[in-house]
This record gives sequence, structure tokens and C-alpha cells, in this order.
Amino acid sequence: MAMAGGSSALQSKRPAGKATRDAFGRALEALGADYPNLVVVDADVSNSTRTEWFGKKYPDRFFNVGIAESNLVGVAAGLASSGKTALVSSFAAFIICNAYDQLRMSVAYPGLDVKVVGSHAGISIGEDGASQMGIEDVALACALPDFVVLVPADDTSAISLTQGMFKHIGPVYLRVGRPDVPRIYPEGTQLTIGKANVVRPGKDVTIIANGLMVGSALDAADTLAAEGIDARVVDMHTVKPLDRATLEAAARETGALVIAEEHLAHGGLGSVVAMAVAEIHPVPIRYVNVGDQFGESGTPEGLLEKYGLTADRVAQATRAAFRAKKA
Amino acid sequence: MSANLDQLKVTAKIIRADILRSTTAAGSGHPSSSLSATEVVTALYFGGFMKHDAKNPRWPDRDRFILSKGHAAPVLYAALAESGYFPKADLLTLRKLGSPLEGHPNYKRLGGVEASTGSLGQGLSIGVGQALAARVDKKDFRVFVMTGDGELGEGQIWEAAATAGKYKLDNLVCIVDRNHFQQTGAAEDVLNMDPIDGKFAAFGWHTITINGNDMGEVVQAFQRAQEFKGQPTCIVSLTHKGQGILPLLEKLGDTNFHGKPLPEKYLEEALALVK
Ligand SMILES: Cc1ncc(C[n+]2csc(CCOP(=O)(O)OP(=O)(O)O)c2C)c(N)n1
Repeated sequence: MAMAGGSSALQSKRPAGKATRDAFGRALEALGADYPNLVVVDADVSNSTRTEWFGKKYPDRFFNVGIAESNLVGVAAGLASSGKTALVSSFAAFIICNAYDQLRMSVAYPGLDVKVVGSHAGISIGEDGASQMGIEDVALACALPDFVVLVPADDTSAISLTQGMFKHIGPVYLRVGRPDVPRIYPEGTQLTIGKANVVRPGKDVTIIANGLMVGSALDAADTLAAEGIDARVVDMHTVKPLDRATLEAAARETGALVIAEEHLAHGGLGSVVAMAVAEIHPVPIRYVNVGDQFGESGTPEGLLEKYGLTADRVAQATRAAFRAKKA
Repeated sequence: MSANLDQLKVTAKIIRADILRSTTAAGSGHPSSSLSATEVVTALYFGGFMKHDAKNPRWPDRDRFILSKGHAAPVLYAALAESGYFPKADLLTLRKLGSPLEGHPNYKRLGGVEASTGSLGQGLSIGVGQALAARVDKKDFRVFVMTGDGELGEGQIWEAAATAGKYKLDNLVCIVDRNHFQQTGAAEDVLNMDPIDGKFAAFGWHTITINGNDMGEVVQAFQRAQEFKGQPTCIVSLTHKGQGILPLLEKLGDTNFHGKPLPEKYLEEALALVK
């Protein structure tokens, strides 16, 4: 049901940009020169996750272990415990769900310097359907002690966060998506891991979003401005460690929150933010997410509309949060 | 490099006694799973097959031993203590709050531990990664991984075996502690993985089958593995769970004796058996 004038997260009014997986792949390829110690391991999907660009340029530092995600993560752990910086990638659904105990035991527990990249996250992958859609990955990654969890909104931030994750020593999960997404940040913008970005100021209510919902949040804020509601928009690209200061300022200064993400309701950005806000400065919260269900096949736009990941839905939730604050 | 067999046999006795004392003091743990592996671990650490430095545990060029069957931690700790990684008296802190000698090996807390294990099936993949790291860095260190025979039920083992075969990792040795038991019974009954050597061979490994409780055969196998080029080596080490105290375990009516320490009252009898 992709139609002109739709409000799905992919049909934002922002300028066109590339897919976050493409931006990640190009950034990784470029970083190969800066990080001679970097080794990349694949489980037969490098042409999907875009690590093939690194692999073609650095064949001696690229291994394909076959369709074996558990082993993929274990091999990365061995490389890292022998002094290499290891990056592994597969679809978010497979690398997180299929290899979860390996991430827990072989990577997180020993605290190894392994970068884990899950591509094809969210329902916006479209036609392949539920089996390929990682929509629980952020929750599971956040439950791994000491993991940093990153969800870039666009190609510019995917490049910056890919660079940033190598400056951090320790395990990182980076979530990237399949479709081209609207651009939020001008080329060359640098983000800081652990520091949320206020992408639009506002005083009445705050929309906290990440991934492709940041564009929808900005579009929703435009709509609301015309109605006299001044919405702040925060890009919470780092889910862990959470930027509690920016969150506290939003809660105190605007008094109501909406949390928008392309993820299941349980355990993602919504849960993480709500837990913090409940402790720091409780305010009314409304949520926009995939809920408690699997995805299905369809066009990316059609799915985003059906599952409510649209600027209209974000605007609706924001009005509700704003009203709840006044009540 | 020629190992002094008599000396190794004496060391194995010390290791066995330490396994028994530490687990009985802890009041829990897996002595029988540790006892079966004693000759192999002793030969590795004291037979000249691993270059390592107790004073510099994370020395980058060291050889590595990963105990994938992490519940046999007492045999690893005994070997590390005997090598001087920490005082031997610390063995009696096994499993106690504050001790780095945790129930299963913890990479973060104890030098000499090369992987945090305890969730079975993961060690061989880590060993493959370490062996690949040696290749990338053009170093000549070697990696030894020990698995259980029951542990071979984990699919990840075979993913790792295939990967080691693909990359012809001749700096990698996997020792299967084939003690014929796992937690709930005989390994052949729970999930028969025979032929173990045939399976590894099919994945491109060089295989050697030995009596893993015979120090001479163990030493020979490691010598052969060291000389063999072009393929990873799997040593199928036929052992007895509880080797050293079998008469006592027979008397107690449990020759698997999985996951339990000897009660204090049997300790002296057991120590006399392993003397
Ligand atoms: C993934 C996983 N599943 C189950 C267990 C529980 N467990 C601990 S030891 C063991 C039996 C291991 O048998 P084997 O590999 O033959 O080693 P043995 O103790 O007989 O030497 C089991 C099932 C575990 N530690 N990890």
C-alpha cells in the first residue's frame, strides 16, 4: 500500500538518504585502513549486511564461517581474546536470537571487544516477512551486561556511530536497517555514543525516538506546531548507556513524553526510557511501537502504516501525552 | 621437549589429590569429570607442549588451553596452581564467595583461564577464533581445546569443527574427553555420537584415538599432533570418569558420580587411592 502522501516512516518530508546498512558497510570498509587490527567475520550474508565491501578490500582479515551464527560469535570471541578487534554481522534476528547464549557467555561475560552488527532490523525489511525481522533485538542486546546498544536514525548517523563504536573498547551492538531512509543529519555530522541529540527544540512535550522513527517524530512535530503544540524531538541513538541527563531535562521541562521505535513493546527504548523516567521524574508517557506481535510480508511502507509506525500515529500519541499532562 | 614420563605421572597424582581436596572442601563441584581429564591436562601443562608464563598470563605469544567442558574446572585450577599462577592454598577457596576460582572458569577474574566456559558447546568456536588470530598475526602459538563426549551433542561443536577444517587450522588441537558418561547416564545412551573420530575426520580433521589415562599414550599423541601439518588434530581420549578412585565409586554404587564432591568421610580413602 505504498502511496504518495502516506505518512509511513519511510515517506518522511526529510531529504532522501541511504539505508543505514549501506552507510555502515561503507564506513566499515573505510575504517579498515585506520584499524589494521580489525577482523570481520560473516555467516554467509555479507552481501546483505554489507560487510562484503570490507571483505573484498581486506580478504586476509575477513572470514566466512558459513550459516552458523553460534559459531560466528564464538569465533569472534576467540579473535578478540587473542588481541584482535572482531566485528560480526548477520540479520539482527539471527545474530541476536540464534546466538544469544554465545553473546552472553562467550562475549559479554568475559567483556571482549566484539562489535556485533544486526542488519535487516525492524518490519521495514518488507516482503521477506516475520522470520527475517529482528524486532526484539534491542531488548535482548540491552540485557547483556556492559553491552553498548546503538540504533542510528539515518545514513549520516550510521557512519558516525560505526566510527564511534571502534573508539569504545568493549562489546557493542549496532542495529541497522535494509531500506533507504530519510536523512536527518547533514553529511559529516558527528554523534557521541551515550549522548542523545535534541534534533528539535520544544517546550510542551518531548518525542523520544530512534531509528527510522526519528524522521516520523520530526514530521509529527511539524504537524503539531501548526496546532500550537511545541514538541521537542530527541534522537536516542544510544539505548545503553542511556543519556539520563537529556531525559531528565525533557521530563522536567516538557512534562510529557512519547517514545517511538521500530521494535516490540517489551524491553526496547520504551521500556528503558520509562524505567529511567519513573525513577528520575515521572511524567505521562505514550508509546508508538510494534506492540506484542510478529510482523508479516508486505511492502515496507504498507507494513509501517499497518503497524502504526507513521508520523500521524506519532502525532496522535503526542497529543494524548500532552493532554494527559494537562489533566 | 622429551617429557619425563615418571615425573608427569607424579604430577598427575598431585593434580588428582588437589581435585579431590578442593571439591570436597567446596562441598560441590565435578571431581569425576575432572579426574578423567587429568593425564591430558597434566601432559599439556607439564609435558612441554604448551609455552605459557604464570607470571605473565596474558603474554600474547602463549599457547592456549580452553576447557570447553568448564565444569571440570578443578583439574584446570590444580594445573594452574601447580604451574604457579596462584598459591596452591587458594585451591581450597574453590567456589567460595570472593574467590576467582569460581564454579566454572571465569576469564575476567583468573589469569590462565582462556575462555569463560560452563555453557557447554562454546569452547571450540573460541579456539577456532584464537587459531585464526594466530594466522592473521603470523604468530606460531597453538590452541588446545578440551570438550566432553556428551558435550558433542551441541551443534555448535560441529559448526566449529567444519570451520576449523575449512581453514585447515593445524595450530588447533581438540581433545575429546571420551569418558563414556554425561549427566544423566551413558553418553552412548543419551545421544550416541559414535564414531567420534569418523565425524571429525569427515570435517577435515586429522584424528588420533588413545587411552587418555595412559600418560605415555597421551604424550605421544601430543607429539604427533605437534608434528602434523595441514589439518587440525582431534585426539579422542578414551578415559574413565572418576579415574583414580574407581574402586571407591564402585563401592558407592555410582561410577558416573556426576556433579558431586566426595563426602569428607571418604576423602582419606580417595587420597590413598590416587597416591
Ligand atoms: C549448554 C549446557 N547444557 C547443560 C549443561 C549442564 N551440564 C553440565 S555437565 C553436563 C554433562 C556433560 O557431559 P560430558 O560432556 O560428557 O562431560 P563429563 O562431565 O561426562 O566429563 C551437563 C548436561 C551445561 N553446563 N551447559
